[in-house]
Amino acid sequence: MTAVSQPLNPTAAATTRRPPRRFLHALDHWFLPGFTVVAIGYLLVPIVVMIIFSFNDYQGKFNFVWHGFTLQGWFHPFDWPGLPDAIKTSLFIAFLSTIGSTILGTFIGLALTRYSFKGRGAINGLIFLPMATPEIVMGSSLLTLFVNSGLQGGMLNGIVPKGVLFPLGFTTILIAHIMFNISYVVVTVKARIAGFDRRLEEAAMDLGADELTTFWKVTFPLIFPGVLAAALLAFSLSIDDFIITSFVSGTTNTFPIWAYSIIKNALPVQINVVGSMVFLGAVLIVGLSNIRQARGNRA
Amino acid sequence: MSATSLPVRAGPTGPSFRQRIGKATPYLLLAPGILWLLIFFILPTFQMFLTSVSTGSLDNGFKLTFSGAAYVTSLTKFGPQFLNSLLYGGMATLLTFAIGFPVAYTIAFRGGRWKNFLLFIVIAPFFTSFLIRTISWKVLLLDDGPVLSFLRDTLHLLPPDASVIGTPIAVIAGITYNFLPFMILPLYVALEKIDPRLIEAANDLYASRAGAFRRVTIPLALPGIFAGTILTFIPALGDYVNATLLGGPQTQMIGNVIQSRFLLLGDYPVAAALSFILMAAILVAVSVYARALGTEQLTG
Repeated sequence: MTAVSQPLNPTAAATTRRPPRRFLHALDHWFLPGFTVVAIGYLLVPIVVMIIFSFNDYQGKFNFVWHGFTLQGWFHPFDWPGLPDAIKTSLFIAFLSTIGSTILGTFIGLALTRYSFKGRGAINGLIFLPMATPEIVMGSSLLTLFVNSGLQGGMLNGIVPKGVLFPLGFTTILIAHIMFNISYVVVTVKARIAGFDRRLEEAAMDLGADELTTFWKVTFPLIFPGVLAAALLAFSLSIDDFIITSFVSGTTNTFPIWAYSIIKNALPVQINVVGSMVFLGAVLIVGLSNIRQARGNRA
Repeated sequence: MSATSLPVRAGPTGPSFRQRIGKATPYLLLAPGILWLLIFFILPTFQMFLTSVSTGSLDNGFKLTFSGAAYVTSLTKFGPQFLNSLLYGGMATLLTFAIGFPVAYTIAFRGGRWKNFLLFIVIAPFFTSFLIRTISWKVLLLDDGPVLSFLRDTLHLLPPDASVIGTPIAVIAGITYNFLPFMILPLYVALEKIDPRLIEAANDLYASRAGAFRRVTIPLALPGIFAGTILTFIPALGDYVNATLLGGPQTQMIGNVIQSRFLLLGDYPVAAALSFILMAAILVAVSVYARALGTEQLTG
């Protein structure tokens, strides 16, 4: 093809199409990479600001203006009323909701990819809906459910024991986090199972393994990377959630709720320090797992 | 192989029991998670609708009266806030697309061995809290902040009383920033899947580069464009954090109204009606949009 078109092109096309070609060439070679570098800088700017301001020797209540370098914030990272409790709650909720949503979501993912059954379309729709609903709608509808569970005529009134769903608190936050995480776990796990060779399971069964043994010795190890990725995603979504949590938290504080409530009156350096710690910790974990994976691939 | 294993599997009690379990297995696997979604996602939506057609207050309880008063209030009093949401969400979605497409394209086709590193940086913002990133923008955009002081005092590009915080520009910039990775990632996934030989074939068949881009690359990237715009526009419509932290009294979005009606004023019926209208509008918009782009291509 190229051999045929080569002699034709330089004479015919070069004269007529030269200016746009040169323009497109410049676009491709200089503009796109340059633009990408600038855009990536834009993505990183607030993170860099967060880390720099965690070393700020700020005056007054608000850590907004640079006054000089200090390590005070890093020496006292949790030194603010309510902060240690908020971090503890955030970690507990993230840990428990990750376990809950990963189990429930992996089950659904397995059912959707490995079995044929009636109502698959409806199930897929139900999984998609929470991801296509704004957080504020999910948060506010959960709030009406929880509040009404204790009121006459409420939907769960009389079914759920009083005090479980209302007053709002740890339990309601956990319920909400499991709910919004399930869909993300299903989607992540499904993507992994889709490339799965079912003949491996059949081989195990032919060799006399029963269904449970096959699952634990063959299926689970193969889908484990997907399950792990889903769990990490669920953990990070849970620990960062603000909008839904703000509707169902009552007087319980998670870290984002605590930070939001405090910034009206003060912006302590501890917010930057904790944010930087989480960021650097996450980068370290991802970096290490990438290095391990690269080694594994080479070996 | 199967010949030897068959007798083992077809024991006297084996097949019927196993078959029965086998038929029920998908339902047993689905049940807990689906029940959770039905009770804590579908049921609350019904409860919210019932609340929106009830009258009463938090202290005296709500009575189901099927009154449409809350909807009348919602639609007549909060036009500006609905409009702000649509405007800021729409602008931010267009901007994330304008920024995100070239970035996704470059990473997918020109990334080379930097690909994974670039993707890692794109998702790096997720490693910090959404709230802290928005606070960082506030620090940057304040009247005494680095961006404004540089443009105003060093370059003299802005008048001395220029300010960004409190204006729609700050809110749109914040939303654009916060949702940019949600646009880049699906676009990247779609572009990365495109077989470069298809584009070469178009060029060999005398398509100009712009023509090949328009008639090969873009149609193949449609699922990514759909996913990216949905993932940006929907959360942007309901957002109130950017409007609260970066905006002012004039930049209230519908999320601000819903949040304050529920959590500060306790005016549940109107808040529920607003939330319900928002959800219904989004469902309609998404289905129209999906149909316009061609659903079969998108879900398949």
